[in-house]
Amino acid sequence: MVAHTAVSQIAPEANLAPVQGAALSIHEVSHYFELEGRPLPVLERISLRIEPGEFVALLGPSGCGKSTLLRLVAGLDAPATGILSMDGRPIDGPDASRIIVFQDPTLYPWRTVWSNVALGLEARGLLRSHCQRVDDVLRLVGLAGFPTAYPRQLSGGMSQRAALARALVNDPKLLILDEPLGQLDSLTRIAMQEELVSLWQRAGFTALLVTHDVEEAVFLANRIIVLSDRPARIRAEVVNGRPYPRHRGDPHLVELRREIMGHLGLAESW
Amino acid sequence: MAVAISSTMDQASRASTIPLGGRRSSMRRPLIGAVAAAAWVGVALLTILCSDLPDTEWDYTGNLAAAFAALGVLLALATSADFWFACLPRIQRLAPWMLALALLAGAWETVTAKLGILPMPFFPPPQALLEVVIDDRARLAEGVVASLRLLAGGYFLGAVLGFVVGVAMGWSRAVGYWIHPILRFVGPLPATAWLPLAFFVFPSSHSASTFLIALATGFPVTVLTWSGVASVSRAYYDIARTLGANQSFLILKVTIPAAMPHVFVGLFMGLGNSFAVLVIAEMLGVKAGLGWYLQWAQGWAAYANMYAALLIMALIFSGLITLLFRLRDRLLAWQKGLVRW
Repeated sequence: MVAHTAVSQIAPEANLAPVQGAALSIHEVSHYFELEGRPLPVLERISLRIEPGEFVALLGPSGCGKSTLLRLVAGLDAPATGILSMDGRPIDGPDASRIIVFQDPTLYPWRTVWSNVALGLEARGLLRSHCQRVDDVLRLVGLAGFPTAYPRQLSGGMSQRAALARALVNDPKLLILDEPLGQLDSLTRIAMQEELVSLWQRAGFTALLVTHDVEEAVFLANRIIVLSDRPARIRAEVVNGRPYPRHRGDPHLVELRREIMGHLGLAESW
Repeated sequence: MAVAISSTMDQASRASTIPLGGRRSSMRRPLIGAVAAAAWVGVALLTILCSDLPDTEWDYTGNLAAAFAALGVLLALATSADFWFACLPRIQRLAPWMLALALLAGAWETVTAKLGILPMPFFPPPQALLEVVIDDRARLAEGVVASLRLLAGGYFLGAVLGFVVGVAMGWSRAVGYWIHPILRFVGPLPATAWLPLAFFVFPSSHSASTFLIALATGFPVTVLTWSGVASVSRAYYDIARTLGANQSFLILKVTIPAAMPHVFVGLFMGLGNSFAVLVIAEMLGVKAGLGWYLQWAQGWAAYANMYAALLIMALIFSGLITLLFRLRDRLLAWQKGLVRW
């Protein structure tokens, strides 16, 4: 069921307006949480520059602060110190040009698939004029047949597709992906990884992905940033120049994966 | 993937159409309907053919028998209509209850009007109730209208205020800070405890009762709305904020719909409370309404009137609860299959 969907889900006829991906700059960003009255450092002097249209993966052990960094990039929280900016403008709050897709699809259960996807347009008062976009994006992610379904009626993969559609309908310049495939079964996950690459190539947005799956990072990203344990520091940066579409068995990717495992301190298990 | 969803949907629709008992009993349903119809006709015959006790004279025994018989005939028509044309499936569900009610009515008629086993005037026969409903219909209708007006005013006031205050408490820390202690302190007081004070302070017993009903409704609505707002997942807000939502969008399109299931629990609790306060207020101060009618009937030892008023009250109150259920099922259709009450 999933094997053939990998190719067929993305409707070729659906038009997707190509956007100019955004450049993201993270400069000396540190952040901490209050825990029982004492500061718990989570990010330590992270500096990173992402070029327009790049696909960058942040890889690190669970709980190292990756998701925190994404929340800062999305503008949901402000960093303790340091500056984040997109296309040269400092990030001081959420903006519809930077959209985050979480591990949990978090669809609104009281809205149908269609109006979940329309959420961003509705929030910005564009729904009336851009109503057609919702249908286009639903077709793009392979949910054209289910506009009136409620989230509870969807499978995990379909929910995540809907969440992706809800982001894409806004033509984001930067798509922030917080382990978006983490909860899917491995077959759906592989299919969705290929769809993600295809969407990214066609739409032209910059993608910043957090994952703790080395293979996923290697398969998807141009560049892989390996983070340390909490507080997260950049431990290594691995450039992955293999052309797309990639194949999982590609010896170069296998070699990259081994290298990254080494950076994570897991070399002997590979 | 398409297969996955259609099978999920199939399961959902199948689950909702197959009755719990399965299909086994559906063949017997027309039979039960026929038996119930016959039973009502039988009760009608019992009512008209066996004479009432000699020292009681009921004017409406004939009317009661006619009503019973009409019910039997209607039931027979509905059952056969469903049997031949399958157009009234609800009648099949009702049939066992109709049969039970026929037996109950027959037993009631027998132990009161026919045999006098239960003493008058405390246990009037069904025809006495019919007599009240017909002869005293003007006063009863007046009572119904007065009660409904009082209840509607108080309930809507309480529900709206409770909802607004609950949302404000959940949304704003400052409002929560000031209102929460008040709720904690005043909330546990039953609204009826305010009754003597309210009748003294308010210009009319009607406004006093409206206030009390609003209070009784508003308290659970506020608390449940507040808890509903407080339990809205933070992730819902994050999603909306990254998509460019402003504050009013967050409140109207995220907070409120997400909190609605809780709000409805509050509305149901408030409705129950409002009934209690309505009846007590009418018994103790308001000179109109079904509660007042009950009190008045008791004063005259008119027990048939009391039973009739109680019956009407039960019909109205359960009808209002049903109405609220309908409203909930309509507004919260997305919950279908997730909620079991």
